[in-house]
Amino acid sequence: MTTTILYTILSLSLLGTVAAIALYFVAQRFKVFEDPRIDIVEAELPAANCGGCGYAGCRNFAETLVKSVTFEGLYCPVGGNETMSRIAGILGREAVKQDPRVAVLRCNGTCENRPRTNRYDGAQSCTIASALYSGETGCQYGCHGFGDCVVVCNFDALHMDPVTGLPVVNDEKCTACGACVKACPRNLFELRKRWKGDKKIYVACMNEDKGGVAKKNCAVACIGCTKCFKVCPYEAIVMKNNLAFIDSDKCKLCRKCVTECPTNSIIEVGFPVRKPKVDEQTSESTVNI
Amino acid sequence: MLRTFHKGGIHPPESKLSAHKPIQVLPVPGTVAILLSQHMGAPAKVIVNKGDEVKTGQIIARGEGFLSGNIHSSVSGKVSRIEEVQDVSGYRRQAVFIDVAGDEWEDGINLDTNLDKEIRYDGPEILKRITEAGIVGMGGATFPTHVKLTVPRGKKAECLVINGVECEPYLTSDHALMLEKGEEIMVGIQLLKKALQVNKAYIGIENNKPDAIEKMRDLASALDGIEVFALQVKYPQGGEKQLIKAITGREVPSGGLPVDVGVVAFNVGTVFAVYEAVQKNKPLIDRIVTVTGKAVKNPSNFIARIGTSISDLIEAAGGMPENAGKVISGGPMMGKALSGTNIPVVKGTSGILILAEEESTRLKTQPCIRCAKCVTVCPMGLEPYLLMTLSERSLFDRLETEHVMDCIECGSCSYTCPASRPLLDFIRLGKSNVGKIIRTRKK
Amino acid sequence: MSRLLTVSPSPHIASDQSVEKLMQGVVISLIPAFLVTLYVFGLGALIITTISVITCVLAELTIQKYMMKTEVRIHDGSAIVTGLLLAFNLPSNLPWWMVVLGAVFAIGIGKMTYGGLGNNPFNPALVGRVFLLISFPVQMTSWPLPVESRMQYLDAATGATPLGILKEAVRNGESLPDVMNQIPDHMQLFLGQMGGSLGEISALALVLGFFWLLYKRILTWHIPVFTVATVFVFTGILWLANPDKNATPLFHILTGGLMLGAIYMATDLVTSPMTKTGMIIYAAGIGIITVVIRVFGAYPEGVSFAILIMNAFVPLINKYIKPKRFGEEVKHG
Repeated sequence: MTTTILYTILSLSLLGTVAAIALYFVAQRFKVFEDPRIDIVEAELPAANCGGCGYAGCRNFAETLVKSVTFEGLYCPVGGNETMSRIAGILGREAVKQDPRVAVLRCNGTCENRPRTNRYDGAQSCTIASALYSGETGCQYGCHGFGDCVVVCNFDALHMDPVTGLPVVNDEKCTACGACVKACPRNLFELRKRWKGDKKIYVACMNEDKGGVAKKNCAVACIGCTKCFKVCPYEAIVMKNNLAFIDSDKCKLCRKCVTECPTNSIIEVGFPVRKPKVDEQTSESTVNI
Repeated sequence: MLRTFHKGGIHPPESKLSAHKPIQVLPVPGTVAILLSQHMGAPAKVIVNKGDEVKTGQIIARGEGFLSGNIHSSVSGKVSRIEEVQDVSGYRRQAVFIDVAGDEWEDGINLDTNLDKEIRYDGPEILKRITEAGIVGMGGATFPTHVKLTVPRGKKAECLVINGVECEPYLTSDHALMLEKGEEIMVGIQLLKKALQVNKAYIGIENNKPDAIEKMRDLASALDGIEVFALQVKYPQGGEKQLIKAITGREVPSGGLPVDVGVVAFNVGTVFAVYEAVQKNKPLIDRIVTVTGKAVKNPSNFIARIGTSISDLIEAAGGMPENAGKVISGGPMMGKALSGTNIPVVKGTSGILILAEEESTRLKTQPCIRCAKCVTVCPMGLEPYLLMTLSERSLFDRLETEHVMDCIECGSCSYTCPASRPLLDFIRLGKSNVGKIIRTRKK
Repeated sequence: MSRLLTVSPSPHIASDQSVEKLMQGVVISLIPAFLVTLYVFGLGALIITTISVITCVLAELTIQKYMMKTEVRIHDGSAIVTGLLLAFNLPSNLPWWMVVLGAVFAIGIGKMTYGGLGNNPFNPALVGRVFLLISFPVQMTSWPLPVESRMQYLDAATGATPLGILKEAVRNGESLPDVMNQIPDHMQLFLGQMGGSLGEISALALVLGFFWLLYKRILTWHIPVFTVATVFVFTGILWLANPDKNATPLFHILTGGLMLGAIYMATDLVTSPMTKTGMIIYAAGIGIITVVIRVFGAYPEGVSFAILIMNAFVPLINKYIKPKRFGEEVKHG
C-alpha cells in the first residue's frame, strides 16, 4: 500500500519536472520580442476595452500609442486628459488635450409628447425596427426606445426610463466612449462638452421635417423656426434641414435660446430652477429630464 | 409528377379568398399622390411644377439612375404640390400630388380595349417603348424591366420564364390577370421574345390555378415557342431563382443573375404592362391590386390608378373591418406591414391584406431547440438558426462566409420555427450590415 | 382610427407548430411503448415512470425559479419528455430514490447547467441514465422477468437480458446456437417479451410511435433508419464471418435499447445534427459504436454510450457538414 503511494508520488513528480524543463526551453525558443513599454502603457489605460478610442481594446490602443509619432487623433475618452498626459510622460511625447465629454440623447419624444400611431411587434431592436419602417410614432427621426444603446453601454451608464420610454444617461458613469453613438440607428446620441455640475443645453430633437409635420407628430419637436439661431449671441447655433443644432464648443450656457424656443425642444439641465416669470409663455420652458 | 424546385419550401394555407373574382375598375380618386421612388434605384427627377396641368399618361418625372424608371401621371388635373408623403415603410418620400379634374388622356395613347396582335416593331423600338413607359417588375421587386431586357455583354439570353406562380397566400391579382387578359399576355410574351431575341418562353403556373393553366395552355398551343408548365404548389416558387430551377432545372449561381444561366424572368403583370406600353402606347399608370383578408367584407381584385390611397381601396372592398389588426402591402409572407392606410398605391403594390387582430400578433419567442426545421425549409440551402445567432452577436465576417447574402428573405424559416423565433428579422439585419461592409470594401 | 395597427417585419403568418406541440407529439408517440411496458412490467413501470416525470418537472421548476431566476417554462413539456425517456431507460425494479437521483441529475447537470432547453450538448435523459449506470451498476443491470413478476416492484424476480445472456455465453466460450435456445424467438422479441429497460422491450410499439412522429413531421426518418441500418450491416458482416460467435443482425436490432435509442434518444432535436448529411454521419457513428461495444466491449449493451459519444461530435458535424446551397455547384466567373 505505502509503496504504491510512494511510487505514484515519485513518478508524477518526475513527470512534472521533465515537463517543466521542456516547457522552459520551448518558451525560450519561441519567445516573441515585444516592446516592454506596451505593458507599461496598457497598465495605465482603464482596461475597459470599450473601443471608445477606435481601436480593438486597450492592448491594441497601447500598441498604437507606443508606435505612434504624435498623439494626434489618439485619445482615450474613458481615461481622459489625466491618463493621456501620464502616458505621454512615459513615452516622452506631447499629450493632446480634449475637453471631457458626455453622451446626450437628442430626442425628447416621450410617450406624452409623441403620440403612438401604431404598435411594433418584431424583434426588440432599434436597428431592425429602423430598417423596417419609420417607427411607432409619426416621427421618423426620433427614439425607438428598444434600447440598443443600453445593450452596448459597457459602463452601466444608460437605462430605459419605463415612463418616458427613452434611455437616460447617467452623467457620472458616462465615459463618452461613443458606443451608444454608434449603436443608435437614428444617430440620436451626441458626445457634448461636459460642463461643471453637468450643466447642459442642447436641442433635444433630430426631426428634419417641416415645422407643421414635425409639430403634429411631437409636441416638443424642433420646428426649424430659427428663433434660437437669431437670439444666440455666440453664433453657437446652426440651422440645417429645418433643425437647430447647438455647438457645445461654442455655447456659453447663456440660456437665451431656451427661453426663446416656442416648442421647448431646447433643454437645459443642471441649472437652478428659474423664478416663475409673469410672462406665461416662457414660464414652462424649463424641462428637466 | 409536376415540376417544382427541390430544396426547402413550405406549404402555408393558400387562403385565396378573392380567386375567381372579376377585376373591377376602381373609380379615379379625387387626388392622387404619385411617389417619385417606385423602383429599386434613385428617385425619379420631377419635370413638372406646382400648378401645372397634366394629362393622364403624361410623364411627370424621369428616371435618371441606373435602376430607375419614368413616372407618369395616372390622372388628369392640376399638380397641387410636390411634397413628402409616407410610403409603405412609413418614411416620408417626395411625391407629386395631383388634384383630379376629368380624365383626359395624353395624345397618342390608344384607349380601345381591342386585342392588338400585330407585332409592328423591332427589338430596339420595343425596348424604347418599354423604357419610356416606366415599366418595373410588378411582382413586387420593382426592378426596371428595360434594365432586365438589356443583356450584359458576354451573356446570352436563351429563354424567357414567365412567372404566373403567385405563391404568396391570399394574393390573386396575377391569377385574375391571366384569366381575363390571357390573350394580351401572350402578345406581351411575343414582344419580349422579340426584344430579347429568344425563341422559347415558359410560363410557370402553380397547380392550384387549374383554370388559368387551362386557359394559358389553350392560348399557347396556337403559338410557337410558348409552353405552359403546371407546377406543384410550394412556397416560394414565385421566387425568381426557384421558378427558374423548377421550370428549366438550371440553378442561378450564388450571387449571380438569371441571365448567367441564359434565362430572363418576368411576372405576368409585367408582361401585360409591356403589351399595353408597346401596342397601345400606354405607360404604366395603373395596376391590379388584390384587397383581401379573412375579415374583409368583399375580397376583390381591383384595377387601380397609381397614387390612389390604400384607404380608398379598402373602402371599395367593404371598408376597414372592425377587428383589423394589421394592414399589409403585399402578401403575408413577404409583404410590408403598414403603420397607416393613407399611403399611395405604387407600381409594386400587388395586394392589400388585412389581418384580424388575433392573427396580427406574433407568438412569444422561445429558445431555439435546434430542431433544424429552418434548415430543412430554407430554399437557398442556408442555416437560418446560425445566421440569426451570428447576426445577434454582430459577427458579420462569419455571416458573410455563411453566405447570408444568398438569403432571398422569403420568410420560410420564421414561418416554420416552432419556437417562434424572429429568424428573418435578424438575418435581414445581418444582410444589411454585411452589404454595407461589402460595399465599403469595393470602394 | 381608434385602434392602433400592428407593424412587424414579414412573414406575417406562422405555422401552427410550437415547442409545446412537438413535445406533446413525442409524448403521444410513446403511448404504445408505455402500454406494452405496463403489460410486461406492471407496477414497477408505473411507479418508475411517475416518479421520473414528476421529479424532472419539479427539478426544472426549482432550478428555473430559484437558481437561474429566469422565466419558468416547464409548460413547454420538455421536462416531461426527459422524464419519460429516462424512465424508459431504467429497469422497473430500481429503488425510487435512485430514480429521483437520476432525474435530478438529468435535468440539473444534463440540461440546466448549459442554460436549459436548446443549449445542452448531451441528451439529458441519457446523461441521467449513464450516471445511474456508473453509480449503481448492480441495480441498473438486474432486470425483472417479463410478465411473470409484473405485480411486484422492488422484490421482482430478476433475470438477464437477451444481450446479457449472449455476452455471458461468448465470454464462457459456449456455442451460440445452444445459447439461442434460452432466448425468446424473434417474434417475441419484436413484441416485447424480454427483460430490459421499461421502454426498450417492444420494437413493434416503438416503430408505431416512430410512424406517428413521421406523420406529425416531428422527426425525419434519417437518424433512426440509418442507425438501425448501420447496426444491421455491421452485425450482418460479423455474423456472416463467424455465425458461431456472433448473433444474427435481426437479433441485434430487436434486442437491447437499439430501437428506443435510434428512434427517441438519438433523434433528440437539441442534440442531433442540423443537416441531413450530418444526421446520416451521426447515425452511422452511433450504429458502429453500438456494435463495437456490444461485440467487443465489456458491457453487453452500448447504445447509450454510443449516442452520448456521437452527441459530443454534433457541434463538429454542424461546423463542417453544411447543407448544399442553392446555386453552389455552378462555378461563378
